[in-house]
Amino acid sequence: MMFAVATVAVIAALVLVVIRVIKGPTVFDRVLAANSVGTLAILLLAVLGFLNGRPEWLDLGITYGVLNLIGTLAILKFFRHGDLAHDAEEDA
Amino acid sequence: MTLAIDLASWALILAGSFFILAGAIGMMRLPDVYTRMHSASLIDTMGAGFLFAGLMLQAGFNQVTLKLLFILLLFFFTGPVITHALAQATLTAKIEPELDEDRRDRSLDSESPPTEEGRRP
Repeated sequence: MMFAVATVAVIAALVLVVIRVIKGPTVFDRVLAANSVGTLAILLLAVLGFLNGRPEWLDLGITYGVLNLIGTLAILKFFRHGDLAHDAEEDA
Repeated sequence: MTLAIDLASWALILAGSFFILAGAIGMMRLPDVYTRMHSASLIDTMGAGFLFAGLMLQAGFNQVTLKLLFILLLFFFTGPVITHALAQATLTAKIEPELDEDRRDRSLDSESPPTEEGRRP
């Protein structure tokens, strides 16, 4: 029962954050909201694993967290410098 | 003993759900990127922390608890990194924060320093 409550809360939060991804006026709003979607997906995986009695799904959560970090940093580097192969020595 | 663990778990999971919802509502309602970063960090820290603490109590002391702890550590280290990178990229893109009063052109010396009687208690 307590897992069901947490599942409903996480899904409601996901809906609100996805609305921000769609609405967000700047690209940075979208990056921030997409990162929050990744975090909430990990939480949803964990809670759903407990709800179905299969907490092994947490492994997927760990993998998804690392992918989320790499993806967000790659997107931010692209929008800051214009390319992914930017040399840090070129400009500060 | 089981009842006590269940009650503590209920309280922690409800607190986590509250903070997750508060962070998501903040993402909807706050005015600009910088304030939304603040409410996104609420989901990463308080929401995930309370929720996973509740799940840990339900899991008992085994491998699952260790995995939950690893995910929490991941959030603990990656959350500030992503927020910092995002704030720096946003400032580089010349997006200004919405300020009530712009104090950046004031230097500390030109203004009269706050005196003892001028300082509010």
